[in-house]
Amino acid sequence: MLDKTGVATPEQVKSRFPQPEQLLKPKAIIECYEDIPCNPCSTSCPFHAIEIGDDINNQPQLNVDLCTGCGICVTSCPGLAIMTAEIRNNLAIFKIPYEFLPYPEPNSIWNGVNRDGKVICDANIVKVLLTNKQDKTVLVTVSVDKKYLYDFVTVRNKNE
Amino acid sequence: MTNKELIIVGGGPAGLAAAYTAAQTGCHVLLIDRNPQMGGQLIKQTHKFFGSEKQFAKTRGLNIAKKLISDVETCSDRIEIICDATVVGLYADQVVNVLHNEKYYKYHFDALIIATGAGEKMLAFENNDLPGIYGAGAVQTLMNLYGVLPGQNIVMVGSGNIGLIVSYQLIQAGVHVKALLEAAPKIGGYKVHASKLRRLGVDILTQTTIQRAIGNGCVNQIETIELDDSWKPIKGTEKLIDVDAVCIAVGLSPLYQLLAMGGAELKYVPELGGMVPIVDGLHQTTINNIFVAGDVAGVEEASSAIVEGYLSGLAAAAKIGYQQPDYQKSIADYQQQLKNLRSGPFGAKIRAGLKKVEAKTNA
Repeated sequence: MLDKTGVATPEQVKSRFPQPEQLLKPKAIIECYEDIPCNPCSTSCPFHAIEIGDDINNQPQLNVDLCTGCGICVTSCPGLAIMTAEIRNNLAIFKIPYEFLPYPEPNSIWNGVNRDGKVICDANIVKVLLTNKQDKTVLVTVSVDKKYLYDFVTVRNKNE
Repeated sequence: MTNKELIIVGGGPAGLAAAYTAAQTGCHVLLIDRNPQMGGQLIKQTHKFFGSEKQFAKTRGLNIAKKLISDVETCSDRIEIICDATVVGLYADQVVNVLHNEKYYKYHFDALIIATGAGEKMLAFENNDLPGIYGAGAVQTLMNLYGVLPGQNIVMVGSGNIGLIVSYQLIQAGVHVKALLEAAPKIGGYKVHASKLRRLGVDILTQTTIQRAIGNGCVNQIETIELDDSWKPIKGTEKLIDVDAVCIAVGLSPLYQLLAMGGAELKYVPELGGMVPIVDGLHQTTINNIFVAGDVAGVEEASSAIVEGYLSGLAAAAKIGYQQPDYQKSIADYQQQLKNLRSGPFGAKIRAGLKKVEAKTNA
């Protein structure tokens, strides 16, 4: 499926999520399903929570206990394949990478989009962070209904 | 005729990297590029690169170009640069002929590195010469270098990394990418790039190709057709898509022509994109003191081109008497980096191709 459409299967996606009880604090969700020569997620992590090893073709392995969900890997991944996820009450809160203009405004409502490009829910933009280190990849904190935890992947402007 | 120690043809990632390591040894370099500015294809790459830190991973391509150029500028006493200059001849007596400002200049060299890169492949279909049908390189040049949109509604042909990445860049520029066609049964490039497109709503149509373009004076429509498992068009699956531009990203072939003129032994290796030179472990061709680096030796990623450049710059300089004390160690490090970049499943094709062109290794 991923090979043909670019959409990961629900099983693939779930395999990258820790147990829900571990998501009471934000954790990185690394959707890198292929051995490609790349390791900035690992080298950028200040907590050494992402292991790739000497062979940079290895897929990253997350040490959930060391991960603080800071989001540095999210904007470091050249494939935009990482987000963080957190469960707070009935909300799923994500930090996602975003590279389109205009950037979302905090406290606005955007469309929540799934991996197949379909609008699935409303997404509340909580925070929008851009530092020089992120090199123009914005880190958007966004909350959606908890039931979209495994489906939500990005936001889209309501006007599009 | 002027004598130069080391001449490098092509100021892309490979040529810039080669100039830098060669100049570090004390060697004097003449770097020649046919474009108005150095940097090759990197100057229009707005995305972050893969690889490891040594190859500037997570840096955007245009900023990698800036870094490589500024490295070269730190050696300005040993690196002379001529832009807007095309090397049009390579002769057996170690002479190149350069066309610059409508004049020909001849240079004798002690060593030569050819880093001419690769050119885009075209696809044969009806009306493929209609205005509005571009190669992916042209789309990137227009859009990312000059700020000109190639169209408003575009179809991308080819799902290699270039097709996937340029589609994403088109959407960033506000263009509607109506579909991405791939003749093969599977997406060719990295799936992370494909997933980025799919979540933006781009349809990725595998086993589908462009059959013809339709338009009077410029492209208005294309007809697509599905392919069966033996790549034969399936009648009745034709579909029309309204477009004002089509982008062709079906691969690259090495720009080997200078090497052919010089008499280097070449071989057709499909895994490497076409005609490539036979080389030894130091990237020296079958002509003594003529080296290659980057896509001309086999089409790969810019990260490998940079490392190949560093390696061949050192090797060429050493060959003409500028050998550093830590030479063997540096060469081994670059060879290990290349091995790492090529060791995964995406490197399988490259590894198979390189096996076919390796002369006896004397590294």
